[in-house]
Amino acid sequence: MTRKLATEKVSAWYGPKKAIEDISLDFEEHATTAIIGPSGCGKSTLIRCLNRLHETVPKARVEGKVLLDDKDVYADDPVAVRRRVGMVFQKANPFPTMSVYDNVAAALRLNGVRDRVKLDKIVKRSLEQAALWDEVKDYLGKPGVSLSGGQQQRLCIARALAAEPEVLLMDEPCSALDPIATAKIEDLIFDLKKDYTVVIVTHNMQQAARVADTTAFMYLGHLIEVGGTRELFERPRETLTESYITGRFG
Amino acid sequence: MAVLALACVALALVPLGSIVYTVVVRGASVVNPEFFTQIQPIPCSPRANLTCTQGGIGNAIVGTFLLLGLSSAIAIPLGLLAGIYLAEYGKGPLVFAVRFFADVMTGLPSIVMGLFIFATFQIAFPGIVFSAIAGALALAVIIIPFVARTSEEALRLVPGSIREAALALGVPKYRVTVRVVLSSAREGIVTGALLAMARVGGETAPLLLTAGGNSFYSVRLDQPIAAMSLVIYNFATTPYANWNALAWGAALLLVVIMLGLSIAARFLLRHRFHEQRIRG
Repeated sequence: MTRKLATEKVSAWYGPKKAIEDISLDFEEHATTAIIGPSGCGKSTLIRCLNRLHETVPKARVEGKVLLDDKDVYADDPVAVRRRVGMVFQKANPFPTMSVYDNVAAALRLNGVRDRVKLDKIVKRSLEQAALWDEVKDYLGKPGVSLSGGQQQRLCIARALAAEPEVLLMDEPCSALDPIATAKIEDLIFDLKKDYTVVIVTHNMQQAARVADTTAFMYLGHLIEVGGTRELFERPRETLTESYITGRFG
Repeated sequence: MAVLALACVALALVPLGSIVYTVVVRGASVVNPEFFTQIQPIPCSPRANLTCTQGGIGNAIVGTFLLLGLSSAIAIPLGLLAGIYLAEYGKGPLVFAVRFFADVMTGLPSIVMGLFIFATFQIAFPGIVFSAIAGALALAVIIIPFVARTSEEALRLVPGSIREAALALGVPKYRVTVRVVLSSAREGIVTGALLAMARVGGETAPLLLTAGGNSFYSVRLDQPIAAMSLVIYNFATTPYANWNALAWGAALLLVVIMLGLSIAARFLLRHRFHEQRIRG
């Protein structure tokens, strides 16, 4: 397997507060990497550094390198990086003034694509990939925010996929969903890794165990351990990891 | 507690009800085609041996719309840009300063704004001190800080998660602002702009020093122009019965127009979703 994305000694700050320190981590292509750890350990901050979204927060700053296909994304235009690295957020955030169709078409439309045939094709494909097509195909003109919570999150996944990214970042995508909706999204993540490189942040260890090929454990802004998911859960090398996965803290 | 609150509401509604009632009762009698098309009549007192004609305020209606249109065209884009700057781009002491002075300006008496334009024109354009353009500028100066603050508030109500979602799709920041954030805040921005228009639509003091009033039809920007608020002010203080009646009519029309603006905005602004489908 080749590495698609990697961080080299990445540190990030919110004003004077350091959120993550010296994180070096590789993400395999066509695989799912899970980042686990207790709340506030910096896992969301880390993935927000990967698509340069961290720096949009006032007074936030990043140091170190993030390599996408071995080229530093911090030497590139942030807009170009974000087209290649899509993101799904913790809370579903469809655009409130847009219909289901327009939400999915947003990335293309906002970047100037007007060709209706092309838009139709990509919207349909993205909704199919997000396993939402059958549920919404007759309601494409309805407001995106009128769908159920789980559907909205899959709509956001479809919206991210329509931009045709190479990497998909997911920041606790199931934390606001019920078990059935969660299962649907987990199935989806399993299918998505065939075409994309997936990075998922989760505080749910069972979820990491179910969907990820590689798992990284973070604690207080540091990367403690990374390894094959099975290995990490069955034979953790670090005591901290073991305490966390056995539920002694977190 | 609830009873007390209700009593207060009732008390607050008494003057409103009284105003609306009086304006309708006393103003309705002159509202006819002549009222909308004619200019002011010869003043008529009951004792003089003159035929009393009703006349109208057609020139003042045209004047008010022209002043409102022109001042909005100047002020709303500027105010909106300031609001966008405050909410989306500004950082540090400049934001604080802009916001502070906008707040101070919204609190200034409107006659001071009129005086400012009056004085500026005396120095810069002494030939057109009393003109439509001076009137429109005086109203614009009142609208700008108001629109800046209301649009800033409306933009701030758009959740940060919406901006992040758009940025994460690889959309440049200016386009996120224009196409996603502005459109999400549209209702608040337009409501703010309409409220500002409704507010200056009835302004009288600044227009006394700038627009000046005009007894005839005029749409020239460099000439004095009539306005409904000036008609009310000038005619209500005279002893002439037909002028008094026109002042009541103008008051009624002004209230109806401003009310109509707000109501129309509510209906026009609701976001509509249309049927969309993909075949296949």
